[in-house]
Amino acid sequence: MTDKLPSAGSCPIDAPRDEVVVLGHGSGGRLTAELVNRVFLPALSNPILDRLEDAAGIALGGTRIVFSTDAFVVKPLRFPGGDIGSLAVNGTINDLAVMGGQPVGLSAAFILEEGFAIEDLRDFTRSMRAAADRAGVAIVAADTKVVDHGKADGLYIATSGIGIVSDELCLGPEQIKPGDALLVSGPVGDHGIAVMSAREGFEFQTALVSDSAPLNGLVSSMLASGGSIRCMRDPTRGGLATILNELARSGGAEIVVEDARVPVRDAVRAACEILGLDPFYVACEGTMVAIVADEDEGRVLGAMREHPLGAQACRIGTVTATGKPRVLLHTAFGTTRYLEQLSGSQLPRIC
Amino acid sequence: MKFVDEFRDAAAVRMVIDSIRALTTRPWTIMEVCGGQTHTIVRYGLDELLPDQISLVHGPGCPVCVTPIEMIDAAIALARRREVALCSFGDMLRVPGSSGDLFDAQAAGAEVRIVYSPLDALELARRLTGREVVFLAVGFETTAPTTAMAVHQAATLKIPNFSIISAHVRVPPAIAAILASPHNRVQSFLAAGHVCTIMGVEEYRPIVEKFRVPIVVTGFEPVDLVQGVAMCVRQLEEGRAELENQYARSVRSEGNLAAKKLIEEVFVPVDRRWRGLDTLPNSGLALRERYAAFDALRRFGLAPSSAPERTECRAGEVLRGLLKPPECPAFGKSCTPEHPLGAPMVSSEGACAAYLRSGRFAASPQSK
Repeated sequence: MTDKLPSAGSCPIDAPRDEVVVLGHGSGGRLTAELVNRVFLPALSNPILDRLEDAAGIALGGTRIVFSTDAFVVKPLRFPGGDIGSLAVNGTINDLAVMGGQPVGLSAAFILEEGFAIEDLRDFTRSMRAAADRAGVAIVAADTKVVDHGKADGLYIATSGIGIVSDELCLGPEQIKPGDALLVSGPVGDHGIAVMSAREGFEFQTALVSDSAPLNGLVSSMLASGGSIRCMRDPTRGGLATILNELARSGGAEIVVEDARVPVRDAVRAACEILGLDPFYVACEGTMVAIVADEDEGRVLGAMREHPLGAQACRIGTVTATGKPRVLLHTAFGTTRYLEQLSGSQLPRIC
Repeated sequence: MKFVDEFRDAAAVRMVIDSIRALTTRPWTIMEVCGGQTHTIVRYGLDELLPDQISLVHGPGCPVCVTPIEMIDAAIALARRREVALCSFGDMLRVPGSSGDLFDAQAAGAEVRIVYSPLDALELARRLTGREVVFLAVGFETTAPTTAMAVHQAATLKIPNFSIISAHVRVPPAIAAILASPHNRVQSFLAAGHVCTIMGVEEYRPIVEKFRVPIVVTGFEPVDLVQGVAMCVRQLEEGRAELENQYARSVRSEGNLAAKKLIEEVFVPVDRRWRGLDTLPNSGLALRERYAAFDALRRFGLAPSSAPERTECRAGEVLRGLLKPPECPAFGKSCTPEHPLGAPMVSSEGACAAYLRSGRFAASPQSK
């Protein structure tokens, strides 16, 4: 972040906001980045963390591992297509997978609110087991804490995971080159809209389900295709636009996205129309983007489409230059605009 | 998606743009007075497609943006009371008051909730019987009927713990005020299609006649907007000043009679200060005396005191079409969506936020 922040002296409304955490700090957008840059990095900085990747790459003797951690506070705990348990497992697996790691073990920490039904907890742990089995990984360590009634929203789960990366694999935004193809594995925004549709106060019903799924199998197929993959990401909080801005910044790349090519389901588009949201900023939990060498587009796309989670994979854009970190959107009308990073939480428009 | 895709059709837009090119012989300045239209124009870059001679300026079309600072201060003061649950539309929560916004109040312990309809706030009041539910009601004539419905129902059902702060405003007085200004440079208006869906078109006719200005009631999709511009340009080039309706698929001349009746039943037009503008006669909607019991300011004995605007924020000039957002010295520097100085940087319908979100802080990407 190179934006110079206004000093408190010149901008009195900054002072109260800066003293406390606001919900927008958890949006995955610019406010989150501010928190990371101004609080976490100054205290915790080290060469691995400073890369700010989905998972940390660490060399252990001759073995390369990736290590990741993630906390889940989704509300409601059950939503169409998943629940907090499967989400917590898939989320960490996906952070490892997009870094090229085959997951070998997960841990889970449970923060339980006094009064939470044991039967529900049983349900969610069963769901975790099923998700872990689907991904071919075990939950090998766990911890439990209970807090007073009213001090948590029923159940929070934090998961961590370790994955093994093959020796020859070289992934990262620094590998991005001009001409590279930008691919997406499927429609964007399903998870965010599915969760919102299940929230209290929303009276729209949709057949839409969350895309929550483990991506490690899809990634294995892509790597096995032999195509030159530069890097991969899963657009969770903040959605496609946020993840592309992160890739552009860390890879110093100019990425051009073709608006009309980005797959968005009609149900997601319709819900976004009603709620005043932009699907490019809505979370996915089982969809990924990959930047691959232009000449290998067909090979990687072919491998993706053979996998059930990549059946609708397609190319949505191109890396047009390096040294100019920015994301541009070509509209169907032939105009071009910047695809900006989300500021705080995406607020619904009113009319 | 049916009823949307056909109005976002690139070939149709190009055809209309070609017709505008063929029509245009002189420079013209056209203003839209609806945040939804501003959003579409900037999102799809429609202004870039127009001939250089056509200048689109963005008027006070975002109800969140024009809500006066004293009303936000009053809402924050109420939210801080222990017995109050304050509800409003999402955009409203981040608009800075004199010190902080409603999200700050929430972070400090106040109960602040986002609702999607005033009726949701009423429903909340029915469930939270021990608490006072206050709805900060913002919006043009489009959202006023639902607020009126909520108040009417609260009265009928005798819900004692529901009240509103009415910050509703009316569009025609704002258009008249812009035209009456000696600095005005707007030659034609796109009127907001959804406002007219409720109110009909007739209240714009006196403005057309008094100021000899073409007004075209226009929809919100790309094809609607370029068609609206084409209709304005045709009138301007032909020297006509008439009231026309591009959005006939939604707007009937008489409007929505049931909704109008409800507004009339519950609200009365009053003079209202607009943020960044002045006090405009008959531009606000206040609760009628018979619904005064639902006026939160009265119920809690709060008299909104006028608070000074921040001088660094030049939203007033932006809202009058005198300044494009990137021309403001604070734009993207000391004023960003994370740290807004004024409301147009907060609401996604605000011109400043729309420009910043679409990266209009620099020259157009195509020109680089």
